[in-house]
Amino acid sequence: MTKQLKPNDINSVRIFDAATTRRALRRIAHEIIERNSDLSALVLVGIPARGVALAQRLATDIEAIEKARVETGIIDVSMHRDDVRRRGTLPVVRASQLPHPLDHRIVIIVDDVLFTGRTCRAAMDAIGSFGRPVSIQLAVLIDRGHRELPIRPDYVGKNLPTARTERIRVRLEETDHEPDAVWLEKE
Amino acid sequence: MNSRWTRKDLVGLRELSAEEITLVLETADAFKQVGTREVKKVPALQGKTLINLFIEPSTRTRTSFELAAKRLSADIVNISAATSSLTKGETLKDTAKVLEANHADIIVLRHSSAGAAHFLATRVRASVINAGDGAHEHPTQGLLDLYTIREKKGTFAGLQVAIIGDILFSRVARSNIFALLKMGARVTLVGPSTLVPREFEQLGAKVSHEVDEVLPTADVVNLLRIQHERQRKEYFPGISEYIRFFGLTKERAKLLKPDCLIMHPGPINRGVEIDSELADGAQSVIFDQVTNGLAVRMAVLYLCAGIATP
Repeated sequence: MTKQLKPNDINSVRIFDAATTRRALRRIAHEIIERNSDLSALVLVGIPARGVALAQRLATDIEAIEKARVETGIIDVSMHRDDVRRRGTLPVVRASQLPHPLDHRIVIIVDDVLFTGRTCRAAMDAIGSFGRPVSIQLAVLIDRGHRELPIRPDYVGKNLPTARTERIRVRLEETDHEPDAVWLEKE
Repeated sequence: MNSRWTRKDLVGLRELSAEEITLVLETADAFKQVGTREVKKVPALQGKTLINLFIEPSTRTRTSFELAAKRLSADIVNISAATSSLTKGETLKDTAKVLEANHADIIVLRHSSAGAAHFLATRVRASVINAGDGAHEHPTQGLLDLYTIREKKGTFAGLQVAIIGDILFSRVARSNIFALLKMGARVTLVGPSTLVPREFEQLGAKVSHEVDEVLPTADVVNLLRIQHERQRKEYFPGISEYIRFFGLTKERAKLLKPDCLIMHPGPINRGVEIDSELADGAQSVIFDQVTNGLAVRMAVLYLCAGIATP
């Protein structure tokens, strides 16, 4: 049972507001530019739903900084998850969109929260079915720890040590129609 | 998009809500994309076993389900009427129980008796997918027809769909009627009065025996095959008579709107329901239907087999 906590609930702490979210993404955009000399090889691939919105924002930021367009895509991971039949409800499957061919490209997976790493593993498997990119990197807004797989993000908005029972609640204007914010909700 | 799939089986479209139909069509969008990947296979149903139990002959539906299962990484076994123990007197329920004892997770059933899929679904724990039961329903064909219409026309609201031919014996017609009406399309059934009785109006469709009156306003015409195997007596004087009054000839096709879709569930009797050139013409989406059938069946298998088992 998930408790529906209100953002102003006494048990929730706001980690990011709209301004700090924007700054964190801007910094990640700078780090991506610094690390990848050939921006034309990049593809920012978002995991639905919020990762897709974040990938778009990073592309916009990079374009504003470097005056160079970066391609974006969508990778749906639900067909590649290892917990089908363990969940009560199935995630809604969305069509993936990736450039073709994917060989000789650098893919950056973008998601809102990194937790166990299983979604990222599923995304890497899914990307593999489209081709063989030169490398895959990972950008997340929040890394909350508790990895169950050997996965490490390349770009992090904020490292946030959490208890397993706590929840991270991310809100973005594009997907949630409310101001950008990240909340840490205590059990 | 708040609707969630909670069904272990797909027996018919009559019991589905418009939201559930939309969910299947949207899920099929995602699976259609898999067909364009370098690796046309996803691990969604890895470790699951699917049995194609076809007590009535079929090539296209069976092959489509088989390919769908393989693209989802499921293991698959085909059983046809001739090779099953049903010929030795085993009952359908016992056959299914044996399959379940072999840890089958999904049974895709084609059977000549209406209600066979429902019968099985209520008696086994495995998911049962109806691949056609007598003249009752053929839900995945109905869904792929809807998917194709939605892909080409964008919406169902207000669309005029004419279903022409042997309605009485057609499970495809029934699945189409139930689903199209739910999605807001208008359905007219056309054919000789022996094959399109007025009783069908009770389902909410219109009935016409004059094909030339229906064609000019149709957005979609779905031509059905004359089901010789289900007709025990003569329902019309002869094939040439049928072509003269109801066949989609080149002459008659001139009545159609230029953007009217021509559909056919197959197998096509070229020169009977439809002129051969029209079947290959620009308005025909007959082969899109086949491609979409694969995506729709992947979606149905994923949804039915993917829900948590209690």
